[in-house]
Amino acid sequence: MIKLPRIPERIRHLGHLLPFLRPYRRSMLLGALMVLITNILAAASPWILKIGVDHLTQEINLNLLAFYAALILAASLAEGVFRFAMRRILIGVSRHVEYDLRNTLFHHLQQLSGDFYQKHSTGDIMARATNDLNAVRSVLGPAIMYSLNTFFTFVTVISLLLYLNWRLALLVLVPLAAVTLAVKFFGQRIHQRFEKIQEQFSDLTTMVQENLAGVRVVKAYNQEQAFIERFQQANQEYFDRNLSLVRLSGAYNPLLTLLLGLSMVLLLWYGGGKVISGVLSLGDFAAFMSYIMMLSWPVIALGWVMNIFERGAASMGRINTVLQTQPAVRDRDTRPLERIQGDIEVQGLDFAYNGAPVLHDVSFSVKAGETLAVVGRTGSGKSTLASLLCRLHPLPDGVIKVDGRDINSIPLEQLRGAIGFVPQETFLFSDTVERNIAFGSPQAGQDGIRRAAEVSNVRQDIEEFPEGFQTFVGERGITLSGGQKQRVAISRALLVDPRILILDDALSAVDTETEERILRSLGDELQGRTALLISHRISTVSRADKILVLDRGRIVERGDHEELMKLGGYYAALYEKQLLQEELEAG
Amino acid sequence: MKPKHYHDEEALGKIYDRRLARRMFGYLKPYGTQVTIAILLLLTVAALQVAGPYLMKIGIDDYIAAGDWHGLRLLALVFVGVLLLQFVAAYAQAYVMNWTGQRIMYDLRMEIFGHFQRLQLSFFDKNPVGRLITRATTDVDVLNELFTSGVIKIFGDIFTLAGIVAAMLWINWKLALVSFAVIPLLVAATAVFKMKVRDAFRRVRTCIARINAFLQENVTGMAVVQVFGQKERQYEEFRRRNQDHRDAFLDSIFYYAVFYPVVNLIGALAVALILWYGGLQVMEGALTLGAVVAFIQYADRFYRPISDLSEKFGILQSAMASSERIFKLLDTQPSIEQDPQPYRPRQARGEIEFRNVTFAYKPGNPVLHDVSFKVSPGERVAIVGATGSGKSTIISLLSRFYEIEEGQILIDGVDVRQWDMGALRRQMAIVLQDVFLFSGTVEENIALWSSREHPAPDPKSLREAARQVHAEPFIEELEQGYQSRIAERGSSLSVGQRQLLAFARALARDPRVLILDEATSSIDTETELLIQDALDRLMQGRTSLVVAHRLSTIQTSDRIIVLHKGRIREAGTHQQLLAQKGLYHTLYQLQYKDQLKGAWASEGQDGEAISCLDRA
Repeated sequence: MIKLPRIPERIRHLGHLLPFLRPYRRSMLLGALMVLITNILAAASPWILKIGVDHLTQEINLNLLAFYAALILAASLAEGVFRFAMRRILIGVSRHVEYDLRNTLFHHLQQLSGDFYQKHSTGDIMARATNDLNAVRSVLGPAIMYSLNTFFTFVTVISLLLYLNWRLALLVLVPLAAVTLAVKFFGQRIHQRFEKIQEQFSDLTTMVQENLAGVRVVKAYNQEQAFIERFQQANQEYFDRNLSLVRLSGAYNPLLTLLLGLSMVLLLWYGGGKVISGVLSLGDFAAFMSYIMMLSWPVIALGWVMNIFERGAASMGRINTVLQTQPAVRDRDTRPLERIQGDIEVQGLDFAYNGAPVLHDVSFSVKAGETLAVVGRTGSGKSTLASLLCRLHPLPDGVIKVDGRDINSIPLEQLRGAIGFVPQETFLFSDTVERNIAFGSPQAGQDGIRRAAEVSNVRQDIEEFPEGFQTFVGERGITLSGGQKQRVAISRALLVDPRILILDDALSAVDTETEERILRSLGDELQGRTALLISHRISTVSRADKILVLDRGRIVERGDHEELMKLGGYYAALYEKQLLQEELEAG
Repeated sequence: MKPKHYHDEEALGKIYDRRLARRMFGYLKPYGTQVTIAILLLLTVAALQVAGPYLMKIGIDDYIAAGDWHGLRLLALVFVGVLLLQFVAAYAQAYVMNWTGQRIMYDLRMEIFGHFQRLQLSFFDKNPVGRLITRATTDVDVLNELFTSGVIKIFGDIFTLAGIVAAMLWINWKLALVSFAVIPLLVAATAVFKMKVRDAFRRVRTCIARINAFLQENVTGMAVVQVFGQKERQYEEFRRRNQDHRDAFLDSIFYYAVFYPVVNLIGALAVALILWYGGLQVMEGALTLGAVVAFIQYADRFYRPISDLSEKFGILQSAMASSERIFKLLDTQPSIEQDPQPYRPRQARGEIEFRNVTFAYKPGNPVLHDVSFKVSPGERVAIVGATGSGKSTIISLLSRFYEIEEGQILIDGVDVRQWDMGALRRQMAIVLQDVFLFSGTVEENIALWSSREHPAPDPKSLREAARQVHAEPFIEELEQGYQSRIAERGSSLSVGQRQLLAFARALARDPRVLILDEATSSIDTETELLIQDALDRLMQGRTSLVVAHRLSTIQTSDRIIVLHKGRIREAGTHQQLLAQKGLYHTLYQLQYKDQLKGAWASEGQDGEAISCLDRA
């Protein structure tokens, strides 16, 4: 009694699936009808067998026998046609719903901003989009189909059995009911033990991983033997947990066989007695036998389906938390500007990630066409500044203005369309070099792509690849060097012909000579564009109109190269060091 | 662990490879008894499975037809007995078989892990950790499938099928032969189905891999997609891939939807044949009614073993591929071998000598050229140089992580190649730049773990060590002191605290030689002072070789070796070298001078000047 209210609670998440099922309700009804017809036809065969066997006990008419045999075949054929339709329709619907659900999930993920991706790791999101989606799909397809099938089989077969002999029917159904309970019971426990195995498996994996990642310490401190002993323990535990599963799962199939067999014994004992006393015919007996065999799968399926529903509900809950996350960055009361010029004004910007302050009272302005450089140590907040200009994170109103307008009131599409962004961590898609460069401007022609590659000094590199611009990047293609990746990313940003170009430490992996060349060719390209250069290197930033030095989220120095050199602070020290560095490299 | 990568690694091998199979069955050998028992039990189960319908036949013919109440009850009891026996045998069989399979996997994992411990560092430089982990875990589990649900089950299926066939022939060979007419149909239908489904599923798997790879990429690069305004285009691409997947699946449903009705139909055909031909036989008095009923039950049991058998091929195939990868790993020979008669002194003096050492990680690209130097017992030597000058390599070579091609490295005048590897490493304690912490308690991370040959320091001496290097105060502030668990590689500890732990780890071993690669990352002034003092204590009375990043370290060294592009360029004391105004002078200004300023101003943070250099 206490358990009853809990089940709907656990299953409740499945309610979120209803909107996805609605478009297919006609198909589902039709499918249910197919299940009903299939089951009626399936129940016919044993009945014909019954008549046939009864016939065998009397005077045998061969023609009639052949007729019964043909009838069994015909019924089975008809059943087959409907069974085919049932599976196609119902499982088909589940695949359509899965398709819709996956599209919805992806589309929703696209709307979510940086704060969501900071909270959820890629692995976590992938788990929801793969394992959880699969569990939900199992509910939609097999679980629904087998529930319907089991229901109709029960209705038809059990009513026939009751009609034949209700006492015998109730008797043979007892072990069958036990089958359902056993499947449910085992299913849950097996699942639990399986999870314990998975836990230990991940412990085992961690130990191997640590041992290999820390191989220097392991060797230097003579830990090889000790690790073998520790691994042995973990390995033994894994063995034990596997065996504890076997102790349970090993009984599963034998138990089902036993229970189904007991049903047969009851038939033989009680039913046989009824045949002797003439209450049942031998044909009835044979029909009973066939019906018991027919019920064996649905009673197994019933227990199984209940577990699928529970797991599917938990998975749907996890998917739903993603679907119900509101995008933190989105258009609200926006009006497009006629054309973005590229004036940027930042006023009193404070920003924190999960409560940890990153930027403090940052204010500056850049006029359209000017170049602003930002230098500072790792963790000083430079990259955050860049991502805020692209509105990758939610921002309070009024702190960043573009062309005098609060960026929250500019449509995202227009704002981002005006920006060419080269993020610090270069991200390229596993696609051809050409399509990577044209990522932001799919309509760009060959010439444009090649020119962009030329400006960022990567064209020659690309043309030396086996398939030139058609070369695949990434796991299945060639691996680009860090510098090549950065330069492709710069080409990608240039090709969108941005009003504002943001290079976030985008030249860190190229050597100074290449950097010099890129900066020279970029110089012309930057004419008339606003540029934000973030870097560690003086050589990258020295020509900027304005230079800001960030330290722990605050602007500590500002001015142009000359002014900052005169100031003799961080910037001047950095400059001095780089001269020494060059000297050392030459030496 | 690294995030999982979603791409279709579908390198399926051959279904059967004799060489691999023989080697794999070698692992079965120690468990001959268990395997024999499992097979005997399997035979029992198969025989008992066949008994059920036969008992039905006897019941109908001998007791029901004869109206023998008493006999019928007795038979029912026998039937129950058979069922119970079958249950016990099947359960025992599953247990023994899985026990054996798991034991073999256990052995195999031990072998692989043990093998990892013997391999040299250059192997781990070449092979990504993720791939090696897969060998010891996932690949082994795939092999388990082969043993537990593969080979032995195949025997079981064959036995069951043979038993059914024999029983039918025994009851009535004519009707049996007629019933067997459906077997080829069943085999053909199953074979065609499995083939089609395999193809369809290969397509489905490729599609799902394409979806997941795309999804993962987009989740990782979401910022790029959003900034470049390509959400719609990416969505469209995703939808297309999703659609391909759906369509591939809809195709596979077709095969399932056709297959099950076909199997049913074949079953119905068997029943129809039995009814018709059996009826004929009954009429002639050659067959009893009970036999007809038993035949109907037998025919129903053809399907399971046939379907199972065809499924085993997939398992065989992936098991072969996994075993091939595992054996390839096990066949990698460790390239650094122990000398057969190793030098194993009780106590080393602690003299280090490099004699014309040239070394390259990749052939033809040497990182050390003709390096020679000598460190006397108890001497403090610092190595300085720019990034990439080869400083860290010297440290790796000393403890014989790599084998050198030219020259000699001598400890106490004995070539490291002649040293007992364990003894050599026991004389030295190495503290690396990135402090590696294992999952475990603080205490375990200082003491590390004991083995018979290499006992870990006792709790008292490790606490003493922690106290000496100033690690104790912060350890005791942790919730459970020395017993606190270290979270995710020590992410809850500061960089400075992790270093102090590593110092304690080294000191607890009371080594003759201390080898230290100083970390470059910035540390607050207070901790920095603690570290400097700890270092001083650590080096007291030992030979020390330090890749120095601290001004205090170079100032207190007896001698400084200046390395540049793999060659020793200058050597001498701090004052001597500064006076030379050479390479050291430049390096000093670049890397160390700021620390002087910082110490005076006592505002700290200047360590970062170095990190700025290292980035370049």
